[in-house]
Amino acid sequence: MIAVELRKLVLRPRVWLSILLLCAVPALVAVLLSISNLAPPPGQGGAFLSAVLDNGSLYPAAALAMVLPVFLPLAVAVYAGDAIAGESATGTLRYLLVRPVSRFRLLAAKLTTLAVYIVLTMTIVVVFSLVVGIALFGTGAEAVGQPGSVTSLSGASLDPAELAVRMMAAVGYIVVSMLGFGTIALFWSTLSDSALGAALASLAVLIASSIMQTLDAADPLKPYLPTNYWLSWIDFFRDPIFWTNIDRGLLLQAGYIVVFFGASWANFATKDITS
Amino acid sequence: MIVTRGLTKRYGRVLAVDGVDLDVRAGDRYGFLGPNGSGKTTLVRLLLGLVYATSGEIEVLGERVPARSAAVLPRIGALVEGPAAYPHLSGRRNLQLLDAAGRGGPRRTRKRRIEEALEQVGLDGVDHRSVRAYSLGMRQRLGLAAALLRRPELLILDEPTNGLDPRGIREIRDLLIGLNEAGTTVFLSSHLLSEVEQLCTRVGIVDRGRLVLQDDMTNLRAPTGHVHVHTPDAAQVAALLDGQVVERDGERLLVRHADPAALNARLVGEGIRIAAISAQRLSLEEVVLDVTGHGSDRIGGTP
Repeated sequence: MIAVELRKLVLRPRVWLSILLLCAVPALVAVLLSISNLAPPPGQGGAFLSAVLDNGSLYPAAALAMVLPVFLPLAVAVYAGDAIAGESATGTLRYLLVRPVSRFRLLAAKLTTLAVYIVLTMTIVVVFSLVVGIALFGTGAEAVGQPGSVTSLSGASLDPAELAVRMMAAVGYIVVSMLGFGTIALFWSTLSDSALGAALASLAVLIASSIMQTLDAADPLKPYLPTNYWLSWIDFFRDPIFWTNIDRGLLLQAGYIVVFFGASWANFATKDITS
Repeated sequence: MIVTRGLTKRYGRVLAVDGVDLDVRAGDRYGFLGPNGSGKTTLVRLLLGLVYATSGEIEVLGERVPARSAAVLPRIGALVEGPAAYPHLSGRRNLQLLDAAGRGGPRRTRKRRIEEALEQVGLDGVDHRSVRAYSLGMRQRLGLAAALLRRPELLILDEPTNGLDPRGIREIRDLLIGLNEAGTTVFLSSHLLSEVEQLCTRVGIVDRGRLVLQDDMTNLRAPTGHVHVHTPDAAQVAALLDGQVVERDGERLLVRHADPAALNARLVGEGIRIAAISAQRLSLEEVVLDVTGHGSDRIGGTP
């Protein structure tokens, strides 16, 4: 079933369109920066943006900082919200189930494919923005005269190999964060026959969580908000890596994945398929 | 093949299927007839384990549903409430994906089975355009091809000729009769009397969720013990068979008599000219109207 779902993933024009749009945002910002040469001063503007003018190899990190808060969750919500509700709306869900595909296997295949979609999207965005960054800003080698090292957020310098490892770790962390959020969308998708409704409900969760984060009165809830540790991937670029929030974030997202996948299963397994 | 006992499905306050005892035997071409909204589709979904019964038992191909669905469903081909396909993919690609989903569709024979199924439903010449560009009839044929893909022992088809033109309906009817003669049991739900009348050997009639009649077509359409007589000498016949003439409409008479041949011989013996004579048989339409009420799509006072 997973193989079938993967083939559906790559055959879907919408998937490639969403990835293209996710690449377009950092590309546009990179072009504007390189034309104007006006980076935000350090400490202001998007994370890493102040540093990329000197070294393009840090641009993927800046790109991640741009797409993570809104655009990436949006794409995940749309894709995961469509998982069951979309099949339900086209009527293909009933034909899959009478084939038969067990409801658990279908749901597990949907979750796996969701993870693949997130990894695919992130990989393409990172590689694409690396190419754009190096093409427009260089690697910093021209100025310094040695293969470009990058300054970590804590001030120490990182060589390219170290940077690559940290970048991959950050990507992995964001994948887990997005999968946690995507599982919430998958749950809505088993509740509704409308893919749009499921995606919007997930975005409502995202927005509610973001609002609570700015609210002091919600302090006791904060450690459990799905978005709370999303930005902790930045900690991979500190020296030494600041693990506390990363560990908490991974644990929290694992919790969300287990709870909401369980809820999706409980709901889907007993549901009358009337679409 | 299909046995249900006291099968009931309630959606909230609506009783969609109400104590149905269905009995479909191997080799039947079973027509499940009923007005719109009478619970046909819900019953089909119950048989396929898509919705769960409120009470009652279902046995399909000798196994309990939904407990043993995984063992039963691979042996069934189904069309439920219209065909469905991924609109951005071609018909062949849709069949490939569907066949690859779940167990029971060996990859080795997949290509051949797909081509066979497409040929059976008359879509073998179809090109690579996406299903989005298909006509209603083509989608219906694709749905049928999907049902035939694994050469099932039992076909459960909900309104299979929807959207087809008269020639298409004829083709599908011939296909189903052919498959049935080769050993496939066909269970077909429809609100089209003519479809069931021309295709089925056994009929179940459902009305507001209840199975109101279930019988072989030959029994339903057995002679009624009346004879239609068409004669220019109607007055003479009426005089001769006084008391046996049930209805008279110009030259057409309805006579209570068991044997049209004997009646014919007697009338001709009396010198009466006969234009036509035949045993009265109820049409399926008369049978159905006799046992059912209005469909649920009629909202209004009783006429």
